[in-house]
Amino acid sequence: MFDFENIVLAASVEEAVAALSANEKAIVISGGTDVLIKIREGKLAGCDLVSIHDIPELHGVRLTEDGCIHIGPTTTFAELTNSPVIMERIPVLGRAADTVGGPQIRAMGTVGGNISNGVTSADTATTLLNLEAELTLTSPAGERRVNVNDYYLGAGRVCLDHAELLTDICVKPENYQGFGGCYIKYAMRNAMDIATLGTSCLVKPGKGGVIDTLRLAFGVAAPVPMRARNTEQALTGKSYAEALEEIAGLVRGEITPRTSWRASREFRLQIAGENARRALEAAWAEAGGEV
Amino acid sequence: MAYPDIIGKSVPRVDARDKVTGAAKYTADLCPANALVARVLHSTVAHGLVRAVDISEAEKVPGVEKIVTCFDVPDIGFPTAGHPWSTEISHQDIGDRRLLNRHVRYIGDDVAAVVAVDEVAAARALRLIRVEYEELPAYTDVSSALAPDALPLHEEVSDSNIVKQHIYEAGDLDAVRSRADLRHFRHTYRTQPAQHCHIESATSFAWMEGGKICVVCSTQIPHIMRRVIGQALGLPWGSIRVIKPYIGGGFGNKQDVLYEPLNAYLSYIMGGACVRLEISREEVFTSTRQRHAEELDYQAWVDDKGRLMGRDVLVLAQNGAYASHGHAICANSSTVLRDIYNDELATRTEAKTVYTNTGTAGAMRGYGIPQACFAAECMMDDIALELGMDPIEIRKLNMMRPGFVDPGTGIACNSYGLADCIEKGRELSRWDEKRARYAKPQSGNIRRGIGMGIFTYKTGVYPISLETASARLVLNEDGTAQLQLGATEIGQGGDTVFCQMAAAASGLDFERIHIVSFQDTDTAPFDTGAYASRQTYVTGKAIKKCGELFRQKLTERAAARFHRPAEELTVAGDRIADRSGATVVTLADLAEDAFYALDGSEHITAEVTSHCTDNTFAFGCCFAEVEVDLALGRVKVLDLINVHDSGTLINPALAAAQVEGGMSMGLGYALSEEMLYNGEGRLLNGTLLDYKLPTALDVPDLKAEFVVTDDPTGPFGNKALGEPPAIPVAPAIRNAVLQATGVAFNELPLEPKRLVAAFSERGLI
Amino acid sequence: MLQIIKLTVNGKPCEIAVDRRWSLAEALRQALGLTSVKKGCEVGECGACTVLVDGKAVDSCLYLALWAEGKSVVTVEGLKSGDNDLHPIQKAFIEECAVQCGFCTPGLIMSAVEIVGEGRVYSRDELRKLLSGHLCRCTGYENILNAVERAVREING
Repeated sequence: MFDFENIVLAASVEEAVAALSANEKAIVISGGTDVLIKIREGKLAGCDLVSIHDIPELHGVRLTEDGCIHIGPTTTFAELTNSPVIMERIPVLGRAADTVGGPQIRAMGTVGGNISNGVTSADTATTLLNLEAELTLTSPAGERRVNVNDYYLGAGRVCLDHAELLTDICVKPENYQGFGGCYIKYAMRNAMDIATLGTSCLVKPGKGGVIDTLRLAFGVAAPVPMRARNTEQALTGKSYAEALEEIAGLVRGEITPRTSWRASREFRLQIAGENARRALEAAWAEAGGEV
Repeated sequence: MAYPDIIGKSVPRVDARDKVTGAAKYTADLCPANALVARVLHSTVAHGLVRAVDISEAEKVPGVEKIVTCFDVPDIGFPTAGHPWSTEISHQDIGDRRLLNRHVRYIGDDVAAVVAVDEVAAARALRLIRVEYEELPAYTDVSSALAPDALPLHEEVSDSNIVKQHIYEAGDLDAVRSRADLRHFRHTYRTQPAQHCHIESATSFAWMEGGKICVVCSTQIPHIMRRVIGQALGLPWGSIRVIKPYIGGGFGNKQDVLYEPLNAYLSYIMGGACVRLEISREEVFTSTRQRHAEELDYQAWVDDKGRLMGRDVLVLAQNGAYASHGHAICANSSTVLRDIYNDELATRTEAKTVYTNTGTAGAMRGYGIPQACFAAECMMDDIALELGMDPIEIRKLNMMRPGFVDPGTGIACNSYGLADCIEKGRELSRWDEKRARYAKPQSGNIRRGIGMGIFTYKTGVYPISLETASARLVLNEDGTAQLQLGATEIGQGGDTVFCQMAAAASGLDFERIHIVSFQDTDTAPFDTGAYASRQTYVTGKAIKKCGELFRQKLTERAAARFHRPAEELTVAGDRIADRSGATVVTLADLAEDAFYALDGSEHITAEVTSHCTDNTFAFGCCFAEVEVDLALGRVKVLDLINVHDSGTLINPALAAAQVEGGMSMGLGYALSEEMLYNGEGRLLNGTLLDYKLPTALDVPDLKAEFVVTDDPTGPFGNKALGEPPAIPVAPAIRNAVLQATGVAFNELPLEPKRLVAAFSERGLI
Repeated sequence: MLQIIKLTVNGKPCEIAVDRRWSLAEALRQALGLTSVKKGCEVGECGACTVLVDGKAVDSCLYLALWAEGKSVVTVEGLKSGDNDLHPIQKAFIEECAVQCGFCTPGLIMSAVEIVGEGRVYSRDELRKLLSGHLCRCTGYENILNAVERAVREING
């Protein structure tokens, strides 16, 4: 039995946003795999909940005529992975979602929750950063749009106002077309684990085997998921072979992971460099880049 | 020896149908819906004295019925180990526990308990209890606990933090030390604290009825549980009734008394109301039991042929805050060293069990042998590497041989399949070919190796402790029978093989034996329970004796009713037959007559006690082939084979299943499982997410093989099986990694951080 | 904090009174006596409480009972057919010795039901992944994989 006081089961975004603005203490619950655990731990005990679990408009993946892919925030990891639109156009995102927890958790946890709880190890976050996903935040005052790269404020914090709800995750065609991608989750187990280090790479090959565009992001390399922009810039325009040679060193010079009981800074640097290289290799292959 | 056909037959488990349909009831499934809920408040300091507990705010929480603190409970020390009681005071387990503690000795110790109408009220009250501690120095490792100025954690037990220690010496070790012609090896091997991770938590509920406190609980040891609850509450043992339903795994954690005495006490002070005390997963990690972390300072002297001339080993076991099984586990670690290998000239072992301000170590599958075996098997490969020997050859030169008798315990090698196990593993793993292939210089990021390890394991606890078991067979009116035991099914398949044994001994068809799986100490015959891989051996002897008596009673009844000499009759499945095989009477008719004959009814039962004064060695080995990704510090196990000599297999399919489970536990022990404590004594990873027991994606296909021997002391030629499979896996993997990388990891687990650090240090990455 | 919810459980429509704070696992166990739904960790780490909600395997410990309104829930108790015959997956678990302590068994069987329901066969590695949301300490997963592999082959092969 979970220690919460009240729960509003919102049937629409309007109802959810209204319930949030009516109650300063209310917390949004979507898939439940994070919030319910925190309630049980006592961290959120006695809270009020606004459930967006069953709001049809927040759910599912849609491709619009302009080539934009709209991901409803309450789309589960499993639905994301199995979405034909995702499989065809951004398979790396589906594969990243497929590394979360285990099958049951992937059938419950949602992509919106994955980024909105502000956790650095979130398996879909790094790929969404690379995809420059545009988030729609809805409040009683209306909607605003935020690039996911600007969403994170700090560990466990995103730029959602209290009465604001994440209502759409949009990936634009220029950010996925022509790219190959790879996400490598490094964890201590092959399932039911959180990332010790997550590495996501998107690459668009240019003519003559050079890197046209590189996007590289890491989880657990900083308090929030981060892009390795210096590395991206340094390798843009370089040949694939050079990039493969240099990427590990560049990454290790750029990211600043912390030492925690889960792993040391040195360990994370080693893994990040190695997996950046392996991710680039796989992403390049997926993009059909010349070798 | 030839046994009846039912021995060695892979019949399906007798409890499988109930377990796949959800009909099987576990403790929580039986608890009345209106039971009160209890929760425990745990210490937040590793060592201290509770000065005051303020419950005033907590008491105001609606739904809170009662709060008891360490100042309220009886001041009675009690032991918790699932050992047979000893009538000799000097052999009794250390009674260093209290229901709740004013002197707290680890983070997670028990300070107060709340009884409430539901979990929410109980949890809210827990958060409002304020405890004032006077902190004392905390000793979170063995070396700090052994410092000369360290305060003793249990003054009443010992004036130091040594729970107990002992030295074993044979031969002249000084003479060995002084020999210049011998090679001297010295390494320190360390094993980590690990946990059982039974999927069902430790859980119980208790109420009073008929003047007794009744406790339903998830335990391996119902009769011992009854005794300890009586001791803890200061009540006559017969005033306690313990009921053990199906349990969701134990692996030794439930061979200890955990929170059941507190649960009984809470019901008692609530006037006998039903109170449920379900320990959360996090509490299971912090506050139940764990496998001892051990450090073995291991010295060996060998001649140039690889023969062990002498060894000197110091074993230090970190026991945590309370004695639990006392020195028994560390002592077991040291004893096995002289059993598995024999020294030509001299052997010395010294073993110390040490209190520390960390979670309490107790029994866990293997009982000290996985730790010792890790050290012994690492040392064997370390020596073999130096001498350029094949690891199998050096083992063959030094390992236990038929006819061995342990000089301390007198336990003899009554049956011997070790050499055959090794040969079988060698062949199945294609050892010779792979060992040679991987011995060639390897380059690149991916390296491969193959390694192995062996073990021996005793069967039961005789002569260290009492071994005794009772069994009862009761005839039903239709000619079937109930088998009642105090021995427990804990997932291992005990009930099924007990039925097979009862059928073999009584002559009844297997299908005619119905086991009463639940133990109720008011009605179940006495048995000390599931531990020490003892039940098929010790309880098996009781079942055999009981079955034979039952057969005799049935034939005597038939002889009397049909005027035939009893010695001409026997039980043949569903009937009484004579020597020609002709049916004298069906069991159904015999039973009906026995119950309802107007001229002489008789309720046929057989009940025996079997006092066991035997023990015997089981054996086995593991072969592991690995692939190491240097840059990522990852070990991938490509092939894993265990070969066991557990004597005759009563049920080969269940035996293989048992081995597979143990291999997986050994694999986790080798590669990923570790309870991590920080310097303050706080457990950092006490969840199933952070404690890395293997998932289905972390385990390779497991190959369980056997060499069948016929042990003359086993009831049906059988010997220990339950615990052994977990033992040899870790050293086999470590030795495979040694071949693959040239790096000798002397500390478990071989997890990526340790590997990356070592590979970096050696310039491999 | 009681509330009535309507849902279908094991094929039968029912109305049950639930505490709004209950997980689905608690509702199934306490309101309907479906004790095959086991509690092993309460935080979605062990899979012992797995049930099917609208055909999908979920950890019922992390699923609010209120969310089950209007949905169809299946537990192991719902697998037996009318003539009391076991489901082929249950038979496979028995015959392959995939059952030991039995505590993880009902949850695993429910995941297997979902897997088999996909109507296709899987490689052993795929099955490992599909079963990776369940912790089992007794079996090393070997016989569980054998059982699910067999059931998949028998039904979809």
